[in-house]
Amino acid sequence: MSEKSNFSTPSTTEYDVCIIGAGVVGSAIARELSRFKVRAVVLERAEDVCTGTSKANSGIVHAGFDAQPGTLMAKYNVAGAARMPAVCKELDVPYVNNGSLVLCFSEKDIPGLERLKDQGEKNGVKELEIIDAKKLRELEPHISPEAVAALWAKTAGIVDPFLLTVGFAENAADNGVEFRLNAQVTDVFLPSEKGLFQVSYVNPAAPEESEQRVLAKAVVNAAGVFSGTFHNTILQKVAAHNKNAAPTSENSTGGEGNAAPYEGAITVAPAFARDIEIVCRRGSYLLLDMNAEPKPTHTLFQLPTKLGKGILVTPTAHGNTLIGPTAVDIDNPEGIETSAAEIEDVKQKAGKSFPDIPLASVITSFAGLRAHELQHEFLIGMMFNGFFEAAGIESPGLTSAPAIGASLAEEIADYLELQPNPNFDGHRDGIVRFADKTPEEQRALIEKDPDYAQIICRCETITEAEIKQATHRSIPVTTLDGVKRRVRAGMGRCQAGFCMPRVMEILSQENNLDLEQVKKSGPKSAVLLYKTKEER
Amino acid sequence: MSETSQKEMTGEKMSVTSVSSANPTSAKAISESDIKALPSHDLIVVGGGPAGLAAAVAAFDAGITDVLILERDNELGGILNQCIHNGFGLHTFKEELTGPEYAERFEKLAEERDIPYQLNTMTLDIVPVDIAGTHAGCIVSAVSKTHGYQQFFAKAVILAMGCRERPRGALNIAGTRPAGVFSAGTAQRFVNLEGEMPGKKVFVLGSGDIGLIMARRMVLEGAEVLGVAEIMPFSGGLKRNIVQCLNDYDIPLFLSHTVVDIRGKERVEGITIAEVDDHMKPIPGTEKSFDVDTLLLSCGLLPENELSSKAGVQLSPATKGAVVDNTLQTSIPGVFACGNVLHVHDLVDYVSQEAKLAGECAAEYLEKGAGAAGASDTEGEARIVTVKPGNGVSYTVPSILHLNALAPTTIIRFRVRAVFKRAAIKVTLNGEELMSKKRPVMAPGEMEQVILAKEKIFSALENTNPQGSESVLEISIEQS
Repeated sequence: MSEKSNFSTPSTTEYDVCIIGAGVVGSAIARELSRFKVRAVVLERAEDVCTGTSKANSGIVHAGFDAQPGTLMAKYNVAGAARMPAVCKELDVPYVNNGSLVLCFSEKDIPGLERLKDQGEKNGVKELEIIDAKKLRELEPHISPEAVAALWAKTAGIVDPFLLTVGFAENAADNGVEFRLNAQVTDVFLPSEKGLFQVSYVNPAAPEESEQRVLAKAVVNAAGVFSGTFHNTILQKVAAHNKNAAPTSENSTGGEGNAAPYEGAITVAPAFARDIEIVCRRGSYLLLDMNAEPKPTHTLFQLPTKLGKGILVTPTAHGNTLIGPTAVDIDNPEGIETSAAEIEDVKQKAGKSFPDIPLASVITSFAGLRAHELQHEFLIGMMFNGFFEAAGIESPGLTSAPAIGASLAEEIADYLELQPNPNFDGHRDGIVRFADKTPEEQRALIEKDPDYAQIICRCETITEAEIKQATHRSIPVTTLDGVKRRVRAGMGRCQAGFCMPRVMEILSQENNLDLEQVKKSGPKSAVLLYKTKEER
Repeated sequence: MSETSQKEMTGEKMSVTSVSSANPTSAKAISESDIKALPSHDLIVVGGGPAGLAAAVAAFDAGITDVLILERDNELGGILNQCIHNGFGLHTFKEELTGPEYAERFEKLAEERDIPYQLNTMTLDIVPVDIAGTHAGCIVSAVSKTHGYQQFFAKAVILAMGCRERPRGALNIAGTRPAGVFSAGTAQRFVNLEGEMPGKKVFVLGSGDIGLIMARRMVLEGAEVLGVAEIMPFSGGLKRNIVQCLNDYDIPLFLSHTVVDIRGKERVEGITIAEVDDHMKPIPGTEKSFDVDTLLLSCGLLPENELSSKAGVQLSPATKGAVVDNTLQTSIPGVFACGNVLHVHDLVDYVSQEAKLAGECAAEYLEKGAGAAGASDTEGEARIVTVKPGNGVSYTVPSILHLNALAPTTIIRFRVRAVFKRAAIKVTLNGEELMSKKRPVMAPGEMEQVILAKEKIFSALENTNPQGSESVLEISIEQS
């Protein structure tokens, strides 16, 4: 090995697998891997899981007619969508099989619908049907009068993207996978002594702390918009290694299974043997009040035309209406600000599908980044011995996640010769939501836990019990945004105006923090800055 | 209550409480014995803020002693508790009180009458019920740690839930979503009730009263306030607050300006404002940037009517509160509304006045039963007058007058749409002028009212529409 890390502290831990990134993909891999006897760790740069691409997501389970036949995108989309209902049931995650409609606004574009249908059928999507305007109006009475036909995909659905990620992560943790949050990976080194990769990381919340590292037989790059950087860096290291390596040697060191140090040249699988460029494609969304009427019941796409891909109007798994996203390529992997122009764009284009959309009931707007790989294809699999990737995962990444997780876990298990984990329990109990229950059930909940009788978030009817439970699960929650993603406190029409002080109080009590230490999200996101009357 | 009746009842309610149903619930048929099995009150007041307290006291004084107040917070007084500035009660008590002092006066009145109340109690829903085809009252469900899940039968209900602030998301402000963006009332709670400062360098968007008060408050607590932007060409707050909170502290007010960008990944690092044109669109090139760590929003208040709308109460798109008649009765018999849940007020004195009327009318409804005001609709004979906002008026409360329930004087409150100088308020009934009142200045931020004598209304009706049913009372602004 040609490089040396400048590492000094001895707090190293050895793992079988180190996964970089706790978005929906990294978390799904972790969960599927926990079906095996494995020592695995997930390193996540943020303070919580689900803070990157997975967080600003439409939550749509795509049927799978969009991707080119024969691509990994097509394969994982269809397989992921098929797995989704069962996965959501096991993990107690809201999922609705609402079906989707691709709207066509001109008779002459109907062949476009047919092409999509053919493509879907080639990909193995079932129950695709082209419907006329009359049927369309039966399904969606408020649809635009200009829509003349649609492709109806009955298998499409919607899922809570936050809880899907949290569900995977918590279930992985429950089955023994370790999660290190606030662990931003700075470098990955090819195996040296003991045949282990070395992954070094820092804590962005505490820059004064020294660099840490973990050693692992296998590394998985699931770093979302940063996956390209890791891919290209490791590719360079492989090239440097191969330059210095002795001509191909058949030597095996033995004793470490397949995870041997590289004495000879490293062979990179052809699909991965190129530099990739991940473009941050920003998408802005608007979210409407769950009481705002009228709302669609299906996910409404617009048939892409020369004028653009169109935007979608969809219910969320919790009954809000969501519209978006835009598609703006930017340079900054942290650039998740919205712009007035994009917000305006979303409003206008949503009206094309659903003219009666009550835009006065918008409660928030947000933007997220899709990790758009320039060749528009997923990179999934073993790149070279011990190094695995799930890179360039953009839409339909959320849909594909269950299948990507299962497939990579199998591949890793094969490579490391892992045995099944006899104690694996794939079932996760979510936090019981007071608002979803009948009065009888609410009564019973309160009898068991009086904290269910204290409503903290008025808009969403979220109780103290739910928020407290969120802080005591296998992935700890310390932030307002973390609470919001798990139990929806602050997700409603007042956008935390009333509940923020109360949620902060609960977080400070349960986590033993001063109020000033309770953050919205990252380390610099303090909500309160100092006490009144305090010397500054 | 027997197990069976409880079961049936809750079974009935399931469709009502199911999530995200915006459909108004129709009255439920339910047997008399089921209702009798529930703990019952003549009157339940939802909300123990200034409106709820004044309404409960007034109903009590009018002879209704079986009253229960349900309050979601841990003390009575509502939002007044965090309004520690003075200026309250000039009309009601002829003296200047702080918010908590004003609230205390009414708490004392309630306590002197031993009016029961429950704190930390969230009302989950209000379901109108029929007995044998006739509206009987409402079943009110609530939860609290002390009492668990409760259901009551109430013959009458007064809605007094107050209002909430319009959040950033509803304003569609572009930019990042960091910590440090607060609605002004949330910041007020942090500073005044919890002793915590939400920011050091502050900008305020919106010149609503809470924003103005908070601009001054932040300065007094050692923060720096760089300015207040208001999208309209005039302030949304009371004139006295502009003077006492901004001018006295040299805080600039940028009229016809709005925030167009928020910067900072985790915490606010800066904001940009821009001037807006006549259509409230930002004018390119007029941007000004401010390095601040905090943005307070005071961009309007919205009556909190989720409970009302779930109950099936008809709401007004103009006020976002219930449509009420001159007795402040909503579209559901025996359900009254007052205070900021009905329409947003600028002075608590008017809230107290309005709530007193709601309490008295609820008492009258309870005493007279079917003969009372709102029940007139079912008699089919009672005449009504529609109150219509005319030129320059955005809404009126009430919007219906029931002539059989007309008090000796009727107050109609309203807001103007824009700033009017040297204009007159003109009230007509079926075209005949009832009154005309000159006002030097009127602004949307200050509620206006007219007081109409019963005889005047009746004589105008006699002249214009002695038998007819479609009478219209119109309030308009005439520029002189």
